[in-house]
Amino acid sequence: MSSLHSYLITSALLFAIGLGGALTRRNAIIVLIGIELMLNAANLNFIAFWRFGPHPEALTGILFVLFSIGVAAAEAAVGLALIIAAHRHCKTTDVDELDSMKG
Amino acid sequence: MRWTVEYLWLIPLLPLMAAGLSALTKRSGRAFAASLAIGAMGLALVLAGMAFAQAVLHPGRCSVNFPWMQMGDSWLKLGWVLDPLSAVLLLMVSFVGLLIFIYSLGYMAHDENFTRFFCFLSLFAAAMLGLAIANSLLLLFICWELVGLTSYLLIGFWFHKPSAAAAARKAFITTRIGDLAFLLGIVWLYARSGTLLFYDGGNGCLEQSGLAPLAARATGLGLAASTGIGLLIFCGAIGKSGQLPLHVWLPDAMEGPTPVSALIHAATMVAAGVFLVARVYPIMTPCLPVVAWVGAVTALFAASIAIAQTDIKRILAYSTVSQLGFMMLGLGVGGVAVGMFHLVTHAFFKSLLFLGAGSVIHGCRSEQDIRCLGGLRRFMPITFATYAVGMLALSGFPLLFSGFWSKDPILEAAHRWNASQGPFYLGLCAALLTAFYMTRQVFYVFYGRWRGHPARQDVNRPQDPHESPPIMTVPLMLLALLSILLGFIGTPAWPWFQAFLEGRPVGFDISGITQPQMLGLLALSSLIVLAGMALGYWLYGRKPLAGPGEPDALERFQPDLFGLLRNKYFVDEIYHWAFVSSTARWARLCDWLDEWVCRGMVELVGYAVVGLSWADRFFDEYVVNLGFDRLCRRLTEGGGLLSCLQDGRLQHYLRIMGVALASLILLLIWGCRLP
Repeated sequence: MSSLHSYLITSALLFAIGLGGALTRRNAIIVLIGIELMLNAANLNFIAFWRFGPHPEALTGILFVLFSIGVAAAEAAVGLALIIAAHRHCKTTDVDELDSMKG
Repeated sequence: MRWTVEYLWLIPLLPLMAAGLSALTKRSGRAFAASLAIGAMGLALVLAGMAFAQAVLHPGRCSVNFPWMQMGDSWLKLGWVLDPLSAVLLLMVSFVGLLIFIYSLGYMAHDENFTRFFCFLSLFAAAMLGLAIANSLLLLFICWELVGLTSYLLIGFWFHKPSAAAAARKAFITTRIGDLAFLLGIVWLYARSGTLLFYDGGNGCLEQSGLAPLAARATGLGLAASTGIGLLIFCGAIGKSGQLPLHVWLPDAMEGPTPVSALIHAATMVAAGVFLVARVYPIMTPCLPVVAWVGAVTALFAASIAIAQTDIKRILAYSTVSQLGFMMLGLGVGGVAVGMFHLVTHAFFKSLLFLGAGSVIHGCRSEQDIRCLGGLRRFMPITFATYAVGMLALSGFPLLFSGFWSKDPILEAAHRWNASQGPFYLGLCAALLTAFYMTRQVFYVFYGRWRGHPARQDVNRPQDPHESPPIMTVPLMLLALLSILLGFIGTPAWPWFQAFLEGRPVGFDISGITQPQMLGLLALSSLIVLAGMALGYWLYGRKPLAGPGEPDALERFQPDLFGLLRNKYFVDEIYHWAFVSSTARWARLCDWLDEWVCRGMVELVGYAVVGLSWADRFFDEYVVNLGFDRLCRRLTEGGGLLSCLQDGRLQHYLRIMGVALASLILLLIWGCRLP
């Protein structure tokens, strides 16, 4: 089993854990953490495919991931701010109770 | 001086604007309304004086016509005219009107509807002045109806009194009968001659080219068309001037305020009928005998009623009817000048008498019954003196008073009339009675001792009857002066007025009086007047009435005749029996029909409509709406089901997305395997 596979399996596990957390947990912050996990799983995929890809000497993969981490940081800030605003408004962070967009 | 004619329309317009403005004034704007009315009237008087001067300096006739309305191919024209006839009436109406406006300031001072009063008075003055200058029978008719309307409004000025409201109605309806005939005459004239203008450069209906076709055509009854038209127009004059069959409204019109009685029902409006006959004199020529007879009979008839009346204003009202009869007689037998001269002098002395009566009423707390007055000579010296002048002028006291000089030409013309001597003798009898009833009235009111209200003597107000304020007595004095002076412009020796109206030169000629026939006639009429006054003194002056309940001297002497006269020959009762009650019965029948037949039909239709709409609604609800409603309900339910998908929970959406993603990946892998 080559090292690429072990990376991919690791990132798939990481993604599955993140997805599981995002789908099952009630607390909005945990959901956010799950989303971050899925994002990082994707980043790991980028690095792995770059390292074992045809042109490892070009820094494309690492640059992409750097941007992605920057975007993830911004996303986390926005996400936390949204959660705080929702908490102020509804006095809760339970995503099952934040259903005012119900049709 | 052409512009005097051009701007003649300003004379009626000024009071009209005053009327319009004071109609918009609040009830409290008393001083404003009064000064507006009096100012407009004063200006109108100035303009009328200028127009009169123009007519005197440049004899002849100027008219201005303008197109008003198109009817088919022809234009209906209106216009105004300045000739001696209109100039005389303009000056007389604006002068008497102004004096009476000023007098009203004092008389109506305590009335709360002062503003409305002056509004109506101004409207009346505008209509009357418009009537004077009208050069079209149609314009004259419009103004004629307007004066009728203001007369109605002013008779009913105190409309909370039922008698005043009834009198206003009576006046309006009675004159309407005459006006209907007048309107028919106008239509007939228009149909025959094609124009209603009096003077239109040779094409007017009073000029030769307009008159010729009228006289030539004969109608079915063998009358010339002009005779028929003349008679119809004269019916209008009968209604407005209170001549015999339609005189009943004028005495009742005394329910209005006294200045109104003086202005409208003595001096100006009732003279409009006489003026109308004078204006359309060329058309009236064939029916002048009718005019003369109606006038003569009215003169005697009304004078005899006046003998037995006890209301101070009603006596004067019957006297007005009688004098209007004299004017008609003058027109019928003597021509325009004779009738118009009496019209003008009568306007002055009759308004003087009415204003004097108003002063008496004002000073005696609204007492109008002459049996309850008496002895006022001491309390109201100015009123007494001026009233006596008016009384002497009306009676035709020889030589000094205008009534003598204006009544005499009428009698003289009647004497010279070829057709019959009847009107002459009727006129003589009327003159005798006039002197008699006026003497009776003056002795009742001003001589003897005060017979009024002993019960009200202890109220804390001026106890005795009191003289009126100067604002009322000054117009009286002016009118009294003119009642004397005016006679001298129309004496047989210097007939300036007659010459002015007829457009011929005049010179002083004493032989006009000293002719034997004239002298005899003057002596006869003086004798008649003196006899009437002596009779009045013999019956009423020697032994004045002691108390209000005592019977009249004539009543003791001839109770049956007196009763007949007091009840005005039962004309009102006859009219009531013949016309009013049958009309009322007919109205009740119509009301019954209306209530039970017409209304029943209307209700039937109403119920049918309601029933139909019930059926319609049933159809709508249970047929049309049923399927549609069901469809709508299903749609709503479907929408509700679908909206369950969107429950607002983020994780449900994420789950669906995850499931969809997974199935898509599986599909992709499976799709890649397949080939």
